[in-house]
Amino acid sequence: MSEFLQQIINGLSLGSIYALIALGYTMVYGIIQLINFAHGDIYMVGAFTGYFAILAGLPFPLVLLLAMVCPAILGMFIERVAYRPLRYSPRITALITAIGISLFLENLGILVLSPDPRPFPQVFTNPPFQLGQVTVSIPQVLTFGVALALMVGLTFFIRYTKTGKAMRALAQDLEAAQLMGVNVDSIISVTFMIGSALAGAAGVMVGILIPRIEPLMGIMPGLKAFVAAVVGGIGSIPGAMLGGMLMGLVETLTTGFISSTWRDAIAFGLLIVILLFKPSGILGKNVREKV
Amino acid sequence: MLEIKEMRVAYGAIKALKGISFSVNAGEIVTLIGANGAGKSTTLKTISGLLRPQSGSIIFEGREISTAPSYEIVSLGISQVPEGRRIFPRQSVLENLELGAYQRKDYKGIKEDIQQVFSYFPRLAERQNQLAGTLSGGEQQMLAIGRGLMSRPKLMLLDEPSMGLAPLLVQDIFRIIKEINANGATILLVEQNANMALSIAKKAYVLETGKIVLSGSAEELSRNEQVRKAYLGG
Repeated sequence: MSEFLQQIINGLSLGSIYALIALGYTMVYGIIQLINFAHGDIYMVGAFTGYFAILAGLPFPLVLLLAMVCPAILGMFIERVAYRPLRYSPRITALITAIGISLFLENLGILVLSPDPRPFPQVFTNPPFQLGQVTVSIPQVLTFGVALALMVGLTFFIRYTKTGKAMRALAQDLEAAQLMGVNVDSIISVTFMIGSALAGAAGVMVGILIPRIEPLMGIMPGLKAFVAAVVGGIGSIPGAMLGGMLMGLVETLTTGFISSTWRDAIAFGLLIVILLFKPSGILGKNVREKV
Repeated sequence: MLEIKEMRVAYGAIKALKGISFSVNAGEIVTLIGANGAGKSTTLKTISGLLRPQSGSIIFEGREISTAPSYEIVSLGISQVPEGRRIFPRQSVLENLELGAYQRKDYKGIKEDIQQVFSYFPRLAERQNQLAGTLSGGEQQMLAIGRGLMSRPKLMLLDEPSMGLAPLLVQDIFRIIKEINANGATILLVEQNANMALSIAKKAYVLETGKIVLSGSAEELSRNEQVRKAYLGG
């Protein structure tokens, strides 16, 4: 039982990372139906921004802020130069561009930062504490806490602010939103900004949680977060949170109780099963509109 | 108020509008009638800035707007109630109305206008916190019109407001359109239901495969032999 609880704790912190990345996938997809394959690399940029900020001796809150701001700017820049010119091209064109951007960022990272993994400097050296029979580390608590705070913040933003309401309107009907006077370009820009900032935060948190970073570190978590977004129901924000958490839990539980070699196979297999029964994802939209 | 000159619009190689010209004066209800595919919706979409004309001009209150972005056109005072209602189904009735006022910052005025919309359509007041997607077709049309009013438009473009509605509801909607007009908004109405449209309009244009083939006062056109045969069922 304590082993099970331990894996749940581990799963929740790992799931927080996936959830933060999955949010960016789902938000961008919800608005422009683009699978932004470069999103995992934005997460990598967040990790490296955090790495250099810590080496520069900045306090952790500032590190986190910088690691959100820099990827946010990069995400907006990529949208502006690479995706916006293709807004009215066939969807496959933008998709291929996204893959191109992803490869570009990865190889640029290898060139500039060297392909060798680096140890992420440890900010929190306090020993882990016991919670009953379960061991919890500070980075685990922090990862979960930061993710939770960001997700609550995002939910309020989307629900109650004018920009958030416009984002939801845009996701439902782009043309009708334009007729309301919504500036589509600026809302899409904000979407990339928020999604990238969340991925950046995930990058720092993963550095603290699993202290090893490298330019290709975004590929696998990016893919898993994408799958998590699809399982949760792509386009759905609570779906991405749920999908990410589920992904993390399945992974750690498989590692703990079955085998770490089978981890990804079993995790993905389970997700395929979920999609077989619920093709639009757990919280996917299945709205019938009246004609 | 609105002056369209030799406007041409194409979807790729398909010419949807082959150079149309017409005008709408302040305070009028003007209707554009014609069959499916004549180019009526294309005309409205182009005025709203969703489509760009290949050539020609669109002048609103003395200003060329054919290259202006759609959000600027809304803030200049043109709103559109699109064909098929296009309300935001997963947002509440109230949120839909707020989105109609997206460009405005006078929160007091917005509140007043929401009450004004509720006085036109009391049904919407009862359902203000319901998701718009759960409304009936007629209620959705009311919401679409109400939402279109929320930007305080000088000119309101209405695309097929009668589509898919029961005859009694159609009469209701048209009565409200007249009321909106009486309260100061100019109306450009696109309709397949030519009978109803001609009964409330002052001026009318008949659109056929991308060209204006007839124009005149609504009264004249409703007596015109050709129009009667083609659009009024004899």
